[in-house]
Amino acid sequence: MPRSSVSFPGSSYPLHLAVALDGVGWHPAAWREQRARPDALFTARYWADLVATAESGLLDFVTIEDSLSLQSTLPDGPDGRIDRVRGRLDAVLIASRVAPLTRHIGLVPTATTTHTEPFHIAKAIATLDHVSEGRAGWRVQVSRPAENRHFGRREVGPVSLTAPEGPGVRAYVEEHFAEAEDFVEVARRLWDSWEDDAEIRDAATGRFVDRARLHTIDFEGRWFRVRGPGIVPRPPQGQPLVTLLAHGSLPYRLGARSADVIYTTPHDEDDVRAVVAEIRAAQEEAGRADTTLHVFADVVVLLGETRAAAEERAARLAERAGEPFTSDAPIFVGTASALADTLLEWQRAGLTGYRLRPAVLPDDLEAVVGALVPELRRRGVFRGSYAPESLRARLGLPRPANRYATANRPATAAR
Amino acid sequence: MTEPAQPRKRIILGAFLSGVNHHTLWSAPQAGSQIAFSSFRHLARTAERGRFDFFFLAEGLALRERLGRVFDQDVVGRPDTLPVLAALAAVTEHLGLVGTLNTTFNEPYELARQLSSLDHLSGGRAGWNVVTSFDAFTGQNFRRGGYLHRDDRYVRADEFLAATHRLWDTWAKDAIVADKETGRFLNRSDGDGGGDGGVGAFAFAGEQFDISGHFTTPRSPQGRPVILQAGVSPGGRDFAVRRSDAIFSPFHHLDEAREFYRDIQRRAARAGRPPGAVKVLPSASFVLGDSEADAVERHRHIARQQVTGRTAQILLETVWNRDLSGYDPDGPLPDIDPDPDGPPVIEGRARIHQDAHRTVAEWRQLAEANGYSLRDLAIHVFGRTEFVGTPQQVADQLDAFVQNDGSDGFILGSHLTPTGLDEFVDRVVPLLQERGALRTEYTGATLRENLGLPDPTPTPAQHPTP
Repeated sequence: MPRSSVSFPGSSYPLHLAVALDGVGWHPAAWREQRARPDALFTARYWADLVATAESGLLDFVTIEDSLSLQSTLPDGPDGRIDRVRGRLDAVLIASRVAPLTRHIGLVPTATTTHTEPFHIAKAIATLDHVSEGRAGWRVQVSRPAENRHFGRREVGPVSLTAPEGPGVRAYVEEHFAEAEDFVEVARRLWDSWEDDAEIRDAATGRFVDRARLHTIDFEGRWFRVRGPGIVPRPPQGQPLVTLLAHGSLPYRLGARSADVIYTTPHDEDDVRAVVAEIRAAQEEAGRADTTLHVFADVVVLLGETRAAAEERAARLAERAGEPFTSDAPIFVGTASALADTLLEWQRAGLTGYRLRPAVLPDDLEAVVGALVPELRRRGVFRGSYAPESLRARLGLPRPANRYATANRPATAAR
Repeated sequence: MTEPAQPRKRIILGAFLSGVNHHTLWSAPQAGSQIAFSSFRHLARTAERGRFDFFFLAEGLALRERLGRVFDQDVVGRPDTLPVLAALAAVTEHLGLVGTLNTTFNEPYELARQLSSLDHLSGGRAGWNVVTSFDAFTGQNFRRGGYLHRDDRYVRADEFLAATHRLWDTWAKDAIVADKETGRFLNRSDGDGGGDGGVGAFAFAGEQFDISGHFTTPRSPQGRPVILQAGVSPGGRDFAVRRSDAIFSPFHHLDEAREFYRDIQRRAARAGRPPGAVKVLPSASFVLGDSEADAVERHRHIARQQVTGRTAQILLETVWNRDLSGYDPDGPLPDIDPDPDGPPVIEGRARIHQDAHRTVAEWRQLAEANGYSLRDLAIHVFGRTEFVGTPQQVADQLDAFVQNDGSDGFILGSHLTPTGLDEFVDRVVPLLQERGALRTEYTGATLRENLGLPDPTPTPAQHPTP
């Protein structure tokens, strides 16, 4: 079937659930739990099993964390610790490796915009969309200053994230998010640089493509110029899902202008209202009021069959870690049923979904799939099966028109 | 040909998905998608069924253009190399996965972690065909534009490889202990890679790179992915033997091929590489028939379809660098001189022939001696190594080429995506297996082991301080 004619019925369930996969889980002592598999962390099997579990829970998508630097407890570089998980595989390649083994779940790897090439990332995400037949997304991320010397291509003044109010931090953040915005713009243009029907295979004229349906993108900005067209035909979704973790006004505005999903970290219902209001205002300001933009909350989840069991787990993990567990996102410790209550309350305050961060893998992922999802289904707010639809369609996002397509193309394109 | 005295060499085979070039017959009824993952899966599984060593993908980082417009006659468009190879790792078990990746429009830190990740995710089956570029046209798609001077492309590639090797070696084999009882995840906090210490620490400085910090990815199953390179000029050959595990050979005829093979072995030995450490692999194609006459006729037919009159003009334009659309493909060669220094007629494809005037002079002689038309000449000079005959004849030809040291094997393409390799695996592979020239089962755990390459674990001498 030609890609352009696939139509996907939209999902009728309003609550969206994603899971954020990071190493053996988001708790620093997670790797020491009985069922954790830290020795398998760098194998394909490990990731395939996790994503298969997430798919068995009918989740919307998984994200895969990544970074161009080692994990650290310090914001400015490695901490030299040997008691924590260190090391990562490339997230885009993990997602690609898992794609042929799954059928429905969305695959949203992290890719950094700071030292990388927009042309490379755009074609990688487009290819993930081809390989997964319309399930690809991208979590956009900017670099920390410590990553500069891994590339050695730009001068950065003395920026220390240890002192967030220190000199240069605001300028650094502004500059890197502005670059990310240009980066996403280039990727979106490259995805559109091929019209859906560019490949014509016209034996009569010997033309494989109609070059009138291929477009240069001619982007010129402060950080790069990119001519295009891309080398990858337009991805099945047209535009793969663009997502972003945001902790403040600057990234909210970037998300409001460029993203399809923003992950936020509110800590209570009032916070949810404030964050959502700010993002919706930014969305309006960006002229995207009529566009579907999801605002998710990230929640670290540490679950138990009873509240006491969950707290006991939390206490054991804290003891092993040697310090209390902290996170940028709210941490939920308790039962699946209580978690469902909170998620639905916060949803009523304006959120459209959640990206749950399992504290321990596979334990808390299995609890999400085995306890939270059935609880949400009992309450009639979550799907009971996957519809055969793209990731965008599942999130109620239309397949976007191509910005370069001409409405009234001559019957025969110029040769 | 004489019977070789040495024990029979096992033929190394790679499968090449012909995409963006005139060899692919996209208008044939059996021609499939060059983008759909199902095409890649079919070809890779076919290659694995035939016990091939690896699957191979080429690269092109800009759509080709002619006279400033996208070139529309051949297949246009391809997926990104690394994600496709990672996905193929999920649908194959033993097949090596080799991607062509450019040292000019990538940075060592990012590419080293991608290749290491592919090696982890495939259980030790990753390979990298290293290519260099100085093409300002392609540069228009990248941050630094056409920044690299032609004379610096090997400097950059050499430093790029040295840097990636250093990054791959930063994590010791036993760096991760993951002992739940003691709470020790890493073996120790210091690393081997220099820099300011800690696991993954590295520093590398040269003309092209000044980088340091910490590498994110633990040592992969192969330690280092298998490295392939092309190198024809003396400088290119010396560059290739230093760091690569296999070299493409452009030579089709046994005499030339043997001379190249011997030269590579000599240069490799001089560079301190152990015997057998550098394999020689020409790209090749095949046409089978039920009889020899049938195969020859099929070959002729396929070649005429691949090189249409229009395609012939364009192939010659890559050397003439002039608009040749007014010349009759069935007539004599264009009577005008090439214009190598003029504005480029064709953009975005590698220039194989560096001296246009000399090449044209040679072609004129060739055409005169054989009575070639413009199109005949294009078919002749732009063809790949073709093995044509019955399955038995093709098996004989391939085996003789390798046993007589024309190469160590072949990277095989076909004119049909994705089913072109099917008949080779069905009809030729069993014959090669019968005579012991091809494995019947995979014996190695990694691509490196299947290719019979030595363990690349570094010795300190291999990482002198730059």
